[in-house]
Amino acid sequence: MDYFAQQLINGLTLGSIYGLIAIGYTMVYGIVGMINFAHGEVFMIGAFIALIAILSLFALGITAVPLALLLALVIAMALTGLWGWAIERLAYRPLRNSFRLAPLITAIGMSIALQTFVALTQGARSKPLPPVIRGGFTLSEGDSGFAVSLSYMQIIIIVTTVAVMAAFSYLINSTSLGRAQRACEQDRKMAALCGVNVDRTISLTFVIGAALASVAGLMFLAYYGVIDFFVGFVAGIKAFTAAVLGGIGSLPGAMLGGLLIGLIEVFWAGYFTAQYKDVAAFSILAIVLIFMPSGLLGRPEVEKV
Amino acid sequence: MTDTLQPETSPVTRTLPRAAITADVIKDAGITFLIALLLFGSIVGLRTETVNGVLVLMPQFGKALALAAAVAVGRLLLDVFIWRRMKDGRTFTSLIPSALPILKGAGALAVVFGLALYSIPGFRASLVAGAGTVHGALGAVADLLTFACESTFLVMAAMAIVRAARLIIGQTPEEAVGQGMLRRFTADFGREFPIALLLIALVLPALTAGPSQRYAIDTATQILIYVMLGWGLNIVVGLAGLLDLGYVAFYAVGAYTYALISTQFGWSFWVCLPLAGFFAALWGITLGFPVLRLRGDYLAIVTMAFGEIIRIVLLNWQSLTGGPNGINRIPKLTFFGLPFDRTGEGTFASVFGLKFDPLHRMVFLYYVILALALLTNFITLRLRRLPIGRAWEALREDEIACRSVGINTVTTKLTAFAIGAMFGGFAGSFFAARQGFISPESFTFMESALVLAIVVLGGLGSQLGVVIAAVILIGSAERFRDLEDYRMLIFGLSMVLVMIWRPRGLMSGRTPSAFLKARKNISGSFVKEGRG
Repeated sequence: MDYFAQQLINGLTLGSIYGLIAIGYTMVYGIVGMINFAHGEVFMIGAFIALIAILSLFALGITAVPLALLLALVIAMALTGLWGWAIERLAYRPLRNSFRLAPLITAIGMSIALQTFVALTQGARSKPLPPVIRGGFTLSEGDSGFAVSLSYMQIIIIVTTVAVMAAFSYLINSTSLGRAQRACEQDRKMAALCGVNVDRTISLTFVIGAALASVAGLMFLAYYGVIDFFVGFVAGIKAFTAAVLGGIGSLPGAMLGGLLIGLIEVFWAGYFTAQYKDVAAFSILAIVLIFMPSGLLGRPEVEKV
Repeated sequence: MTDTLQPETSPVTRTLPRAAITADVIKDAGITFLIALLLFGSIVGLRTETVNGVLVLMPQFGKALALAAAVAVGRLLLDVFIWRRMKDGRTFTSLIPSALPILKGAGALAVVFGLALYSIPGFRASLVAGAGTVHGALGAVADLLTFACESTFLVMAAMAIVRAARLIIGQTPEEAVGQGMLRRFTADFGREFPIALLLIALVLPALTAGPSQRYAIDTATQILIYVMLGWGLNIVVGLAGLLDLGYVAFYAVGAYTYALISTQFGWSFWVCLPLAGFFAALWGITLGFPVLRLRGDYLAIVTMAFGEIIRIVLLNWQSLTGGPNGINRIPKLTFFGLPFDRTGEGTFASVFGLKFDPLHRMVFLYYVILALALLTNFITLRLRRLPIGRAWEALREDEIACRSVGINTVTTKLTAFAIGAMFGGFAGSFFAARQGFISPESFTFMESALVLAIVVLGGLGSQLGVVIAAVILIGSAERFRDLEDYRMLIFGLSMVLVMIWRPRGLMSGRTPSAFLKARKNISGSFVKEGRG
């Protein structure tokens, strides 16, 4: 039971990170109908910007950890948002009304380019960051000597995710930007006719997606304490899987999918073999899709003839 | 490429006073500079380095500044020289005629230079020696220019030969009447160019004779593997319209089939080749069954997941596949039973009374993959005319209509997966036989993405497009090898740029297999991409 509880905590933490990245995928898919393959790289860039921000803040003498983390978060969100905007402007907007596979290929190209760019400018070695927040609670001391622990970092990750999700839900459901976004999702032409600035709305979607990815990037960096230029690839694939599992285009679905993928991975690694945790995640994705072809919370696609 | 139907485009006209334009352009460049500075400043400006186990920051703001300035200048130039002109209703392509004399001149220079490479003895050797002294980007660019000149010359020469041969056997090109030599020469481009390419491919080992022959043949073999993979994937994505992001799985199945069977049972390549194709096809069907109901991006993600599952299993099933260490000492390809060994009885060299040369094996490998690739192409072209091929294309155009007229979509999809996978399996077993060593590292998702990029960049469903895209992508990646890391950066960015320039791929025309009265080339934008 203790072991189970510990795995649950670890799984929720990992799932939160996946969920935040998955939202970027699902939002972009909902509004422009393309898979943004470079999103994993945006996450990686977010993590790098956060790392550089934390180091610079420490160097500038801001050593209060909560303040430094908060500032780093703001900086990373702003700059990664800008990266998201630039990527959309450069690689996707010229192909907005082109055929479906064209932006997919530019996304793959972007992903390769960004990976090498970061490897070139920041070096290919992994970057270790000493843990910024240590300690935690011990929830229960088991008889077998196994203690269930909940670190402060895990609490911060889960709380931040909940807070970010709440703010994000508010943004989508109750602001004019969110309304514009939902309108563009349903019918871009009609939205434009009603006075919605479609280009701006799509750009902002990419900015928000990138900002959320950078939150995930910072949390990943603080939780695992090490990043390299390749982290975006695996995390991106997992998050994409999560988005599809939850039903691509559905925001609660992305979060649910993220949590599920995180839990599956951690439990599989905990109870079976760590090597095959990815196989487990992918297999469950395939099985779910076979029985629910549009994901857990996705709307089935209605086809008009 | 006459008779090419193009969709209509409506021109946009806009004129502005000159002063306003100048102010506009400068403002635009300034904003670009600021944005680029923020972007590059955030990643390039401070470099993280590990010193004594601790991360420290190394400022390199100069680099960030230079990059941002380069971007701004680039945008300024584009703005002044291309975008401003495009705004008065002209498209990028309509700007080309004004640059035509320059292009013609460059082409002529390239041909002369290429001719010199082949006709003046010692010219190439001195060139290679000269290029050897220049390192880095400059050397690579010079190298690439030489390559471009050489290939222009070769293609022109081969096309002249093809035209001559056609005239001799009494075939006149359809639109040979026209003004200007160049126009008459390229009148039947669509039909003569593939034959010319084939001609070059057939005599390539002889053409590349010289100090860099081994390298050239090796590169050509590498390109042909990707051509074959591209053609195989083209069946699934280009013809049947099923987006497959895990094609490399079948490549891996083929490679491991050959590697395992040949190392465990000692069977020869020629026995294993059909087996590899068979197993890959079997896996294609196995994957195909569960995903039959999925559409669009759901299909894409499941195929990608499948590719990853295969790779992870190969990585972790230590007892069978050797895990990350892969499989070593895979028997090399033999000349129908005669090994290409240096010593021993009954080797290729001793039977044919030749002096041993490692080149023999490379040339043989080249011809094997050429034959396999041509086989793929031939079968695909024939299949397209059979009911099954037409069903694939119908499926891509409209699945509901397809079902309504009684096409069995289940078998149609499964055969597309199976046949596409089979060719992937063939290519895989060739890859294993060529390398002599395989490990899961060769079968990552990036490889799938690369093959898909070749298919899409070439032009979905276009066989010739795959060849051109493979030559450009793989060839330039090989040529730029000196630049190491930069080549992947250039590679990724050029994928983006080419796609923006030609979203329907480099080959703009398609030849539908079904037609009324006369076969016609149509624009690629008339062809649907499928929703499966």
